[in-house]
Amino acid sequence: MSTELETAGETETMTVREALREAMREELRRDEDVFVMGEDVGTFGGVFQVTGDLVEEFGEERIRDTPISEAGFVGAGVGAAATGSRPVVEVMFSDFLGVSMEQITNQMAKMRYMFGGKTEMPVTIRTTEGGGQRAASQHSGTVHTWFAHFPGIKAVAPGTPAAAKGLLKSAIRSNDPVMVFENKVIYEQEGEVPTDPDFTIPLGEASVEREGEDVTVVATQRLVGETLELAEDMADEADLEVIDPRSLYPLDTETIAESVRKTGRLVVADESPLSYGTHAEVVARIVEEEFFSLDAPIQRVGVADTHIPFSPDLEDEVIPTGDDVREAVDQVI
Amino acid sequence: MPPIDMGTEEGRIEALRRMYRIRAFEDAAGDLFADGELPGFVHLYKGEEAVGVGAAAALEPDDYITSTHRGHGHCIAKGLDTEKMMAELYGKANGYCNGKGGSMHIADVEAGMLGANGIVGAGPPLATGAALTAHRNDDDRVALAFFGDGAVAQGQVHEAVNLAATWGLPAIFLVENNQYGEGTPMEKQHNVENLSETAEAYNIPGFTIDGMDVTAVEEAVTEARKRALAGDGPTFIEADTYRYEGHFEGDHQPYRDEEEIEAWREKDPIDQFKQRLIDRGELTEDEFESIREEIDAEIDAAIESAQQADPPEPHEAYEDMFAEPAPEIAQFAELPRADGGDRR
Ligand SMILES: Cc1ncc(C[n+]2csc(CCOP(=O)(O)OP(=O)(O)O)c2C)c(N)n1
Repeated sequence: MSTELETAGETETMTVREALREAMREELRRDEDVFVMGEDVGTFGGVFQVTGDLVEEFGEERIRDTPISEAGFVGAGVGAAATGSRPVVEVMFSDFLGVSMEQITNQMAKMRYMFGGKTEMPVTIRTTEGGGQRAASQHSGTVHTWFAHFPGIKAVAPGTPAAAKGLLKSAIRSNDPVMVFENKVIYEQEGEVPTDPDFTIPLGEASVEREGEDVTVVATQRLVGETLELAEDMADEADLEVIDPRSLYPLDTETIAESVRKTGRLVVADESPLSYGTHAEVVARIVEEEFFSLDAPIQRVGVADTHIPFSPDLEDEVIPTGDDVREAVDQVI
Repeated sequence: MPPIDMGTEEGRIEALRRMYRIRAFEDAAGDLFADGELPGFVHLYKGEEAVGVGAAAALEPDDYITSTHRGHGHCIAKGLDTEKMMAELYGKANGYCNGKGGSMHIADVEAGMLGANGIVGAGPPLATGAALTAHRNDDDRVALAFFGDGAVAQGQVHEAVNLAATWGLPAIFLVENNQYGEGTPMEKQHNVENLSETAEAYNIPGFTIDGMDVTAVEEAVTEARKRALAGDGPTFIEADTYRYEGHFEGDHQPYRDEEEIEAWREKDPIDQFKQRLIDRGELTEDEFESIREEIDAEIDAAIESAQQADPPEPHEAYEDMFAEPAPEIAQFAELPRADGGDRR
């Protein structure tokens, strides 16, 4: 259990979906400048029902359905943020972010820097990632690397309900642009979530979800839960330490490095293409800082450099699971 | 700088001063660029002064504007300070963007100037967002997007207009039709006679006006602003105008001839308006001369100040990324430089 949970007071069991919705509900109540916009976020409740019934409490002015025009409404979010609003913009599937890429990369990410620090950019972009729904390549991608790579954007990817709530709240409160990547197949995953409206998780802090002596597994999103299960299954063979980095940029190198100093072994598991990606960044930092602590070559678990196929047989082939993490762990011990 | 009230003699003189300030600033910028003094690209607005100043005259000081790569005129019209602008053109630390933006990105968010912009068509969504803030806060502000005829072909411009129209936001979309997008004439980029026809698709008012006439622009934008504040949504205005200089400084302009430029110069916005004020007995040639001298001296002083200003320190390259800095960047400020020098 992560440290925040131990100190956060009362908790309630909720799903990732409910945790995200609670985060928005609390921040909408706390701050009039916060509003939510995106396709079908109002009465429809969002295609994954994450915004749910928010429109009933906050009305259509604050839970705004947009036309289907990502460049337009993401850009409007950027303009609204530059003028003092705190928009939470939902982009239905992360695969569609490309449509609004200009506003994200050249406007949202660069405005503060190019203006010499003389604007804030308190915009949050929430989007869904990941395969497993037989939705084929255009609705299954995991693209967080693009944005974690791009200077000027903070990027988070929660793996537990508590992280989902705490990180989304920090994102909304942040004066920097933050993209929140939600894996869509864990919306139903349950866990303990602090109910205190002041509970947040700082951007840039990893969580040690399970302590262990033998192998450090850095896992993200859905793979956090699957790796925790694996750790219990494998308890007789190896004692896994499971870390959810939660925040991809900034990335908490120190927590991972400290773990590697203890275990000497590292597996990085993230549902994104393997080349040039999130895995590579974690690996590079550990090689730079802890090369001499390593007792075995590092292993990466991710998507082969393919798109996500439609056929269930093919999709199951390419999407990484706990079994793939097991194979990688076997390689390093 | 004082707001411009075109209903008063003082305001009209101020409009003329501001148009001339743009002209003088840009004459200087063109010369400095030719002399190799200014780094980067410089896109001049000369010829289009009536659009920026006419629009600014119709706006209140705390209204928002978004601008383009050709943004000097919009900045000056909005009342930005030429000394800080010139410093930015030189890439100096005391420029509007601490030397991180340059000619193409001058911004003063506090003054409602949400940035010149290096991306054609990127401003309108930002203006829609600023209009959304104004609408949400119910604070009697509007947001006006300046953009070029070329930008009207960009998808995100239409998304922005549709969004603002659908939501009834206090936005004004003002196309500066200077007849060319880089070197390609307007008629090769669009299949309509008037770009204001765009408005029809969004069921908002659209009209084409004489963009060489500061009064015509002021009147159109005043009308649009009234509509916006009454909750009647955006207006789409096309101002016909012309840029005297090349697309960027150094453009050899194979796409047009001197005759065409001369024909437009006949309608020069500054000469026209000056003459009108003289005819009405509100200004004499002598008075205009002293306005010129005063502004020329202001620009000379801005140049001298910019030349003498300090450049940014190397470590500033790692600053201004985030409100709450990321350790990933902060570390670079501490590293020794490749050339052995000191960053701090
Ligand atoms: C998205 C994008 N495409 C291309 C360019 C290169 N470019 C800079 S200005 C320009 C022409 C713009 O024409 P217009 O919108 O009419 O504005 P004007 O230059 O006439 O003021 C082009 C193509 C750019 N900056 N951004």
